[in-house]
Amino acid sequence: MLKNDTHVGSPRSRVDGPAKVTGQATYAAEFTAPDLAHAYVVGSGIARGTITAIDATEAEAVPGVIKVFTHENRPGTAWFSYKYQDMVGPPGDPFRPLASDEIQFSDQPVALVVAESFDVARHAASLVRVCYEQQPHETDLSRARHDSYEPPRKRTGIAPPPKPRGDAVKAFGEAPVRVSAEYTIATEHHNPMEPHATTVIWDGGGKITVHDKTQGVQNSQAYVASVFGLSSDDVRVVSPYVGGGFGSGLRPQHQLFLAVMASLALERSVRLELTRQQMFSHVHRPETINVLSLGADRDGKLRSIQHQAVAATSRFEDHQEVVVNWSGLLYPAENVDLRYELAKLDTYSPGDMRAPGAPLGVFALESAMDELAIATGVDPVELRLRNYAERDENDDVPFSSKELRACYRQGAEQFGWSRRNPKPGSMREGRELIGWGMASGVWEANMMKTSARAVLGADGRLAISCATSDIGTGTYTILTQIAADALGLAMEDVTVELGDSSLPTSPVQGGSWTAASAGSAVMAACQTLRETLFKQAAKIDGSPLADAAIDDVAFSDGRIVLRTDAARSVLLADAVGAGGHDKVEAEEAAGPGLIGMMLPKSHASYTHAAVFVEVRIDEDLGVMRVTRVVNAVAAGRILNPKTARSQIIGGVVWGIGMAMHEETLTDHRLGRMMNHSLSEYHVPANADIQDIEVIFVEEHDDKTSPIGVKGLGEIGIVGTAAAIANAVHHATGKRIRSLPITIDKILAG
Amino acid sequence: MPVHAIVGTQTVPIDITLNGESRSLDVSPATTLLDLLRHDLALTGTKKGCDHGQCGACTVLIDGHRINSCLQLAVMQDGKEITTIEGLARDGALHPLQSAFIERDAFQCGYCTPGQICSGVALIEEGHAKSREEIREHMSGNICRCGAYPNIVDAIEDVLVQRGQFMKEAAE
Ligand code: FES
Ligand code: FES
Repeated sequence: MLKNDTHVGSPRSRVDGPAKVTGQATYAAEFTAPDLAHAYVVGSGIARGTITAIDATEAEAVPGVIKVFTHENRPGTAWFSYKYQDMVGPPGDPFRPLASDEIQFSDQPVALVVAESFDVARHAASLVRVCYEQQPHETDLSRARHDSYEPPRKRTGIAPPPKPRGDAVKAFGEAPVRVSAEYTIATEHHNPMEPHATTVIWDGGGKITVHDKTQGVQNSQAYVASVFGLSSDDVRVVSPYVGGGFGSGLRPQHQLFLAVMASLALERSVRLELTRQQMFSHVHRPETINVLSLGADRDGKLRSIQHQAVAATSRFEDHQEVVVNWSGLLYPAENVDLRYELAKLDTYSPGDMRAPGAPLGVFALESAMDELAIATGVDPVELRLRNYAERDENDDVPFSSKELRACYRQGAEQFGWSRRNPKPGSMREGRELIGWGMASGVWEANMMKTSARAVLGADGRLAISCATSDIGTGTYTILTQIAADALGLAMEDVTVELGDSSLPTSPVQGGSWTAASAGSAVMAACQTLRETLFKQAAKIDGSPLADAAIDDVAFSDGRIVLRTDAARSVLLADAVGAGGHDKVEAEEAAGPGLIGMMLPKSHASYTHAAVFVEVRIDEDLGVMRVTRVVNAVAAGRILNPKTARSQIIGGVVWGIGMAMHEETLTDHRLGRMMNHSLSEYHVPANADIQDIEVIFVEEHDDKTSPIGVKGLGEIGIVGTAAAIANAVHHATGKRIRSLPITIDKILAG
Repeated sequence: MPVHAIVGTQTVPIDITLNGESRSLDVSPATTLLDLLRHDLALTGTKKGCDHGQCGACTVLIDGHRINSCLQLAVMQDGKEITTIEGLARDGALHPLQSAFIERDAFQCGYCTPGQICSGVALIEEGHAKSREEIREHMSGNICRCGAYPNIVDAIEDVLVQRGQFMKEAAE
């Protein structure tokens, strides 16, 4: 399949590029209607307690205010908590906005002001008076960790830690070389550039069209239907463009509920766009504490791996990620003990954020491996090669493919690793300390059941549709490439429609599975289309393909051509017409399939990477720059090297943010996240990013997905922060085990 | 006068040139230029990322200067010439920087992109970006959460090279 392709595998510019560079791409808050009202959220000033009084009189008196919703006048919605569950949520009771007088976290929505204009809504929101009775809160993980617990109910799709192997404690005690330390990662916020927003268009008769900032239009649709007791025919969610998600749009956020509530109650269109400050009132990456201990032989061969993590969650849900399992996967050891626990805080529930769990656990593991390299005197790359896992020992199955060795080799060579003087502080230029560090990255490769439709018109144009999103990943483009190749068309002759809940079923866009899943679905639909077209072409009176079999023909340049005699061909348009209709249509699903899911796991699918990093640190000031990154990635087939490279660069930028900048700071006295703006919550800016080189290592994988794709959205970030921390040690001799590595830590070290 | 006596009740007339067209508008004194564009004029190409002058998503050109439109009140624009992302392409032809953004894959989600492009267009006109390092520095008011920075620098560099303002740097 996908042989002799012209588009797949070649660098192609984004098909949505023209719309995005001209301002024509329309995001959730940009849809409008003549009857549009504007909403603004009032957030709670305390972290835990109850509302004793709420007074909206003054707000409602402002000319132009339509209504102020609070828990006292909220229209009825579903009573049972399970009705608020979404497709990817964790076990627990999902947050229900304005459900009661109870305050569960700081900046929790306590009122929604709806007005004729945005200015009026914002101004009136400042006039809503709320009185609270405060209760003691806990937002400090360093205290809450002492009450950690193993989550009793596991989150679907998140593998709990594997059973212990051997006796890790004993083997650690007996190992000649040991490293053991605690590694922490700060709370982070996704901060996509597009704030969370929902525009609800009141279509009349109880029907609504919802433009939601989401990574899953059908997840939002199902949530709205369930919570508000609507039939799914009455709710259509349409979000063709999403201004970044990174996980923040996987679950329905509270603005979706609030906007739909207001629209249904007022029977008019409503827009609610959160402010940047309010973007800190919901989903975030949980602060996570790792304790990691490695016991090894003097040559660095691992004997014992122990990794325990405690991650923050909310009081009302047990958000879970895969944090520790990577330590039993990346390196083999006979004695392995991995544990993952949660601790409850009075915050909103954390959620998935780019490569959820992986960069947290891998930061600990890959920092510890660097410490082991130093303790044993073995080169960090060599140490990893000596401990190379040939099998997934967590699940005791072979890998579907694993070219990590080639990642180490090609990455090291491109970076010039052999020129590294291993002695910390030995490489400098003037006052600049230079550090070279490396780390491995790993992420799971999944395929999820997804459907797609392909329709070829008599005009020779192919329309592809699927409910999945393109959150900036390049999905529109790769699906266009796949479809164009399958039917032998130019990319210009293919249109792809995504992000509409009325289109063929797709899971949320996340977990790096969209290219493999939606790509395979489009491939399957096009395959069926080819068969139909061929049959119709062969039936045409005097058809030059009358006695050919489908394997004898190729689809090329808008024709079905006999491979052995290019002079014998049928125009696609004629093949369409031969069916007696003005189009030919096919819809297919692709996925692991029910049978595949019930069989015992026969192989493990992961993407891998080796990240090499150079940092330069001002010796006196502690100012650090990441001057060079080489990220060598093995992720199966690369559909579009141009957009794929961008995906990895984006992941590396996120890794740099995690390593150096990103940290949500909470004032524990108030239980409130304080640096809730883009000037105080630092994300990398252009000047922070220098040379990033991406290598795609050739990898053939015929088990993960029918099209050989493994996915790219997450792998770029995973090893990057650890590689930077290791480079900092190489530059300074200081081992910094808490992210982000800010100047104060470098100077104090 | 109390604030709410003004908000939503009074308007002030202004005359501006918007994307080459003269416009006479009545604007609320509390409305930012950004909200005027997005809400009142349906020019949603200009994006709101923070509303506080911290991200650059709302960058437009005012009399040729790149400005965060969220930090400008609409009433301050009387007599000004404003160009938004919608006004950069002329007669159906993209501005060279728009083409370079597509060619270099200088965006992913596209949300920061109009601001990046307006900022880049002004930077090219300012004429003081002479190296990749300077491009990075002068483009640091525009955050791209997708992390397209190296490609944004490539795109701007391409246009500077086309215009002979800049010698292509050897691979950095
Ligand atoms: S929206 Fe104006 S700078 Fe962010
Ligand atoms: S392209 Fe998504 S924020 Fe820049």
